[in-house]
Amino acid sequence: MYTEKVMELFMNPKNAGRMEDPDGVGEVGNPRCGDIMKIYIKVKDDRIADISFETFGCASAIASSSMVTEMVKGLTLDEALAISNKDVVNALGGLPPQKVHCSLLAEEGIQAAIEDYRAKQKAKSGAAAPKS
Amino acid sequence: MTERQVYMDHSATTAVDRGVLEAMLPFFSEEYGNPNSLHAWGRRARKAVNEAREKVAALIGADASEVIFTGGGSEADNLAIKGSTSMRKDKGRHVITTAIEHHAVMDAFGWLDKQGFDVTVLPVDDKALVSVTELEKAIRPDTILFSMMFANNEVGTIQPVAEAAKICRDRGILFHVDGVQAAGHVPFNVQDLGVDMLTMSAHKMYGPKGVGGLYLRKGVRVEPIVHGGGQERGLRSGTENTAGIVGFGAAAELAVRRLADGSIDEEARLRDLLIKRVTSSIEEAFLTGHPTQRLPFLASFCIGSLEGESMLLRLDAAGIGASSGSACTSGSLEPSHVLLAMGLAHEVAHGSLRFSLGKDTTEEDIVYVAENLERIVADLRALSPLWKTRG
Ligand SMILES: Cc1ncc(COP(=O)(O)O)c(C=O)c1O
Ligand code: FES
Repeated sequence: MYTEKVMELFMNPKNAGRMEDPDGVGEVGNPRCGDIMKIYIKVKDDRIADISFETFGCASAIASSSMVTEMVKGLTLDEALAISNKDVVNALGGLPPQKVHCSLLAEEGIQAAIEDYRAKQKAKSGAAAPKS
Repeated sequence: MTERQVYMDHSATTAVDRGVLEAMLPFFSEEYGNPNSLHAWGRRARKAVNEAREKVAALIGADASEVIFTGGGSEADNLAIKGSTSMRKDKGRHVITTAIEHHAVMDAFGWLDKQGFDVTVLPVDDKALVSVTELEKAIRPDTILFSMMFANNEVGTIQPVAEAAKICRDRGILFHVDGVQAAGHVPFNVQDLGVDMLTMSAHKMYGPKGVGGLYLRKGVRVEPIVHGGGQERGLRSGTENTAGIVGFGAAAELAVRRLADGSIDEEARLRDLLIKRVTSSIEEAFLTGHPTQRLPFLASFCIGSLEGESMLLRLDAAGIGASSGSACTSGSLEPSHVLLAMGLAHEVAHGSLRFSLGKDTTEEDIVYVAENLERIVADLRALSPLWKTRG
């Protein structure tokens, strides 16, 4: 039921595992089946310099995580934000209909990690200001 | 792909035994007569069907006249449930079943519900056991049927069938048992148990798929759901699946041998070996279902912080066939109703895994499965955000 590409990434996922000292972390959950995806990013010059993931979910979720991390590596943050789950599905050569929702985690995970990074940056630049 | 293939999904289906296949083969192109024909071809086919009926009856301690052949376990379940309630609907409209039934029973009760019957679903405890006290409490003056499985197909728990039968008998309620997983694997006798109807399926005991049987205790009346030529005492019309029925008979004969010669005990020993190995060598792996009152060939687990489909596919890549009740493996994206009825949390049910052994399973197979599972669990946990965060 899965494409060769999905199986390949599921069996040998790229960029898997926790990252020490990430600049941003995004954790998203799938309300439908209860799966969780965590994305870690390191940012340099507004680009994703390094990225990794941890996923509690099915083969489709793991392959989508792996694929999206490869797709956004080296992109600017805005470019990365523009990646949709459709792009991930296409890059995987398609997903079975009931498994497309798993790729949403990939899109949302990247967005959450970038938001976290930006929020942290904001907090840092504002940190000099006295707290009320 | 790997060279070694270890099929551990015998709850789903079994291979047709060689001897069973040989018994069936003549009934395709040589003995192809219609058992309902009067000529020699027909008479030979009729004789074969009758002999098969004797063998299936012998497996469960019934009289041959009490066995109806059907097109599988699901059909037998439907015949028992729809057929008996249709016959007794004037006596009452309340029916009882349990929360852990196979869909063949569950959805037949769903249909009864739509027909205006009042359905009570008995809960189970954390080991998937039905309580007979709950059954007694649920019975009303207008209750006409109770249906409960003999043994659960996902977690292997064996139910208190004899106790339930006694209650039903005392209260004048028909009792149907879905014995699909138990027949041929757990020794029992329908007379001693005191059940009214019992479902069997050939493909769960080394027979062919698409052939089943319904034990109907003498005097129990059901309305047919397939009308036509009046075969099977008018309860299941349609030209008999002669080869399939012969195969069912041969499979029942094999099962009688296996129940008597210690094969089942050996199977249980291997099952226990797997349970012990998995629960001791894998952290946060626990057995689901009843620890002792369980099918001799079934070992089911929940593995913490992991999801079933990913484990199944990694096992498959190692040549191992297993199954899971995880939400991600079901089309509906809901975890198995059995695991939920046992009170398992959604994320725990996620990590469900079932191994069901067969007559050709060896100790080497068990070791191979355990070693691969240990490796796969470690690899996938390295990917799991839930696992790492506990540090
Ligand atoms: C408990 C139980 N009941 C009924 C069935 C249905 O049997 P069959 O596949 O012969 O229709 C199965 C098998 O999947 C089962 O495990
Ligand atoms: S993550 Fe649950 S179905 Fe894919």
